[in-house]
Amino acid sequence: MNKHFEQRKYLILGIIIITGLIILIKLFYLQIINEEYKVSALNNSQRHIIQYPPRGIIYDRDSNILASNTVAYDIMVIPGQVKPFDTVQFASQLNISVKKFKQRLLKARHYSYFKASVFFKLLSAKEYASFQEYIHHYRGFYVQPRLVRDYPQKLAPHVLGDVGEVGKKMVESDDYYQAGDYIGLNGLEKYYEKELRGEKGLKIYLVDAHNRIKESFHDGMYDKKPVAGKNLICTIDSRLQAYGKKLMRNKLGGLVAIEPKTGEILAMVSNPNYNPNILIGRKRGYYYDSLLMTDHKPLFNRAVNAAYPPGSTFKVAQAIVALDEGVIDVNTAFSCNKALIGCHNHPNASSITEAIQYSCNPYFHQVFKRLIQRGYEESVFRDSPLGLDLWKQKISNFGFGSRLDIGLPSVNPGFIPGSDYYNRLYGEYRWAFSTIYSLSIGQGEIGVTPVQLANFASIIANRGWYYTPHLIKRIEERGLETKYKQKHVLPFDTSIYAPVVDGMEGTVNGDIGTARLARIEGIILCGKTGTAENPHGEDHSIFMAFAPKENPQIAIAVYVENSGYGGTWAGPIASLMAEKYLLDTIQVKWKEDRILDAELIPKEEKEETTSSND
Amino acid sequence: MIKRRYNILKHIDWISVLIYLLFMIFGWISILSSSWNGEKSTLFDFESRQMKQLIWIAVSLVFIFIIFLIDSKFFSVFAYLLYGLSILSLIAALFIGKEVSGTKAWIDFGFFRFQPSELAKIFTGLALAQLISKYNFDLQKLKHLVIAFLFILVPMGIILLQNDTGSALVFLAFILVFYREGMNQTFLFIVFLAIGLFVLSLLIHLYWIIGGLALIAIIFFWLNEKSNKQTIIAILIPATFVTGLFFFNALVLHKLNLNTMLSIGIIAAIIVLLPNIIRFKRSNIIVLSIIVASSVLYLNTINFFYEEVLRQHQRDRIEHLLGMKEDPLGIGYNVNQSKIAIGSGGFSGKGFLNGTQTKFDFVPEQSTDFIFCTVGEEFGFLGSAFVVILFVVLITRIIIMAERQRSKFSRVYGYAVASIFFAHFLINLGMTIGLMPVIGIPLPFFSYGGSSFMGFTILLFIFLRLDANRLEVFR
Ligand SMILES: [Zn+2]
Repeated sequence: MNKHFEQRKYLILGIIIITGLIILIKLFYLQIINEEYKVSALNNSQRHIIQYPPRGIIYDRDSNILASNTVAYDIMVIPGQVKPFDTVQFASQLNISVKKFKQRLLKARHYSYFKASVFFKLLSAKEYASFQEYIHHYRGFYVQPRLVRDYPQKLAPHVLGDVGEVGKKMVESDDYYQAGDYIGLNGLEKYYEKELRGEKGLKIYLVDAHNRIKESFHDGMYDKKPVAGKNLICTIDSRLQAYGKKLMRNKLGGLVAIEPKTGEILAMVSNPNYNPNILIGRKRGYYYDSLLMTDHKPLFNRAVNAAYPPGSTFKVAQAIVALDEGVIDVNTAFSCNKALIGCHNHPNASSITEAIQYSCNPYFHQVFKRLIQRGYEESVFRDSPLGLDLWKQKISNFGFGSRLDIGLPSVNPGFIPGSDYYNRLYGEYRWAFSTIYSLSIGQGEIGVTPVQLANFASIIANRGWYYTPHLIKRIEERGLETKYKQKHVLPFDTSIYAPVVDGMEGTVNGDIGTARLARIEGIILCGKTGTAENPHGEDHSIFMAFAPKENPQIAIAVYVENSGYGGTWAGPIASLMAEKYLLDTIQVKWKEDRILDAELIPKEEKEETTSSND
Repeated sequence: MIKRRYNILKHIDWISVLIYLLFMIFGWISILSSSWNGEKSTLFDFESRQMKQLIWIAVSLVFIFIIFLIDSKFFSVFAYLLYGLSILSLIAALFIGKEVSGTKAWIDFGFFRFQPSELAKIFTGLALAQLISKYNFDLQKLKHLVIAFLFILVPMGIILLQNDTGSALVFLAFILVFYREGMNQTFLFIVFLAIGLFVLSLLIHLYWIIGGLALIAIIFFWLNEKSNKQTIIAILIPATFVTGLFFFNALVLHKLNLNTMLSIGIIAAIIVLLPNIIRFKRSNIIVLSIIVASSVLYLNTINFFYEEVLRQHQRDRIEHLLGMKEDPLGIGYNVNQSKIAIGSGGFSGKGFLNGTQTKFDFVPEQSTDFIFCTVGEEFGFLGSAFVVILFVVLITRIIIMAERQRSKFSRVYGYAVASIFFAHFLINLGMTIGLMPVIGIPLPFFSYGGSSFMGFTILLFIFLRLDANRLEVFR
């Protein structure tokens, strides 16, 4: 019986030998015939090392550095090379808990046993100095330098913005970025990201079995050299900026100063402020979150993003439009009829110049009525929309209600209401001049940002033209961007400006002006006060000005939130800024001290009126 | 005693021992190469895999010594007891076992993690040898065959519960032992047919296979009957059924798909023709009808099983293996990386410790299930072919040795050893070079791990011990 089944061993042996043959054939195919797998292996044993270029430096208008690069140190780990060591000591040197320390080590191990990964990010040079002497105790750890942003003057965080690790969305949408890369996240850093970042380079190496770099791949034929980022020369005057920051301390609000001849922004301050360097480095997330939580939104750039009602500063614009439309002439007089709208005590204005100097509300009530009710239609309900749209078209010439492309990624366009807006609000033919008269004195639905108001002051200073305000004077190797070379000339007769400017001169320098505190000895400062009614609390103090009267060098707008009359706080601050810029010194010390000592931030938490459109 | 020892040494099969030593050395070198980072200070680190494996090798040598001290009768006398103990330890692992990458197949002794299924393989082999070598035991009898199958199905079932599919599959290799010892050929045919149809059903649509089966059946029928008239009848009857069903479905039922209709039609036709077939007493036609009908049923069953019972990841693995899915970074990542590593070795390899693919975690499970990658990369086709040939030589050598045994017990155990080695060789290498699904089982003597190295050593040397005694034993 056994003999019979013994034959079966041949089938079994056959199966085994055939299996062996099939495996040998497949191996022969894989290892000798097929080339595809050898090419794949080549890819696997190359190391692509990205070469990061230095980010472009941002200088101020006098070549002082505003943003530069500094070295920070990443602690790297290769888990396979780590030797037992004193974790408690190491963790305490890095100021993290032992538990966290072990988690990080585990994470690195999980990523790869043989490949290096970042263990601890961005040790500052100072931290590194104290850590440096210990690092050789810890096998498998080494330090890798990396360039990070530094803001040596700690100035203008809202203008410069900041740099941080690129977000996930960006990595997915833009091929240039890889996780861990840095990118400008706000301000100029974001707007000029393409110029500042340069181009990453690439070095390809071959590595041996122990992950050690052996040689450059094809003698560097496929390497790419990094291209350094372009330097930017900013229009900011660091000294003026620093002075503005000092004056705005303990106040809420924004301030913008422009050189009228060029549109260059000399200073742009928003308060509350912060040190831009805290957003760079390891603790960015922590500081960013805490800034988000802080009262009065320090991250919010009031200078370009807060649209306030312009208050009486707007009367200057009303005067120009009224003169241009011919609804009044230079010598039109209106009595100060407080029945129409409230006013303070002053002589009746017998000309447009006096009306501006006294800032007479009833005067501009009547001027605006003439602008709105033009008599094209019988019914005031049909007439007012026509007048309002005509007015809006003229007023928009000053740059109100549209976004100024100044070089920042986020800019508020402000708001000038037209008939469509009120039709939506009240219904068609359901409103007339009587509904909207508060626009005459810059109250109500109008929203103007500090930079728009400064640009407006600049237009008056130039008597009818402007360059778009901008923050970058020159991009290295490229010069000024063409969009900032284009002169915008307003369609008003140049003779219109003289009486208005005289009124602004009187506001500050006349006997009965509203801004006598803003006077500068020896310089004629032309200005206009404003007070924006704030339903949520104390009024906002507003001032716009330029100086000197002839050949103006500086135009300026200041908003101080919740502080009362324009002449009380905003005026003196604008005046000090102009004096500092023009004379480089402050002649009357007490005026400066008064501002520096003032603490105008409301004590209790109030809802803010940073936008007037609500 | 001394005289006896002398005798044993004289009759040991030194060819097998030599192959064992070659595997041991080559295997350890591969583990060294895949685990060591190249720094001299870590070479002799007792926490490192190469040093741990060296310890297991040493322990295994001690086991060999012990096996040769034990009387050869011990293995047959205690075969059932050892089998029972190994079943208990399998159950124990299920309850007190430590979970390692999804399987509960390990018992942790602190200093040593032990995998009971490695022992179960050996003792199932011994128990089967004891069972089959019993006087009057005849695998041609269905009852005895069922008993023999129970011996392998019990441990298999427990191991499947442990979630260790790979180890469980190995037990199916014992079918080769049954075949050698007299199991009906038909079983082997059925097993191959079942596997073949299963693979086909994944590759092409079911109605093609069923149609193909029908076609083959008709050709076979025509060749057998040599009658055109009969053949046309044999075509017309199922065709009428299928067409009728097709119209019935299209007009009334609207529920059946094409392969269900084909299946029902063919089976109905066979049932209708059955009285005629039996009347003509043509056994060929009867067998043919049974094969076609059961194949059709089987195909529908596995189709249901595949779509409704298997989970997505299991389907993924099978589909990737059959080339139905291309995704180098998905489920096929391991296999793809492993093929890259082996392929990059070329003819003569990159040299010892010079592999780049088998380090830096390109190939996962580098020193365990995918150890053959290191061989392929660093020693090229020469090295990997050497290993493959050595395995074939070892397995055939064991079979040749089994055939020279005078005792049936030793022969059956020899076949059991050969079958286990063959299963591991086939599944592990098949997986590594992409001929089989990724089923994690070790390559004997190469993969890192104490349980497996000691297990295979004991498995082999019990047989060498029995073989050395072959002239003394007449049982
Ligand atoms: Zn008045």
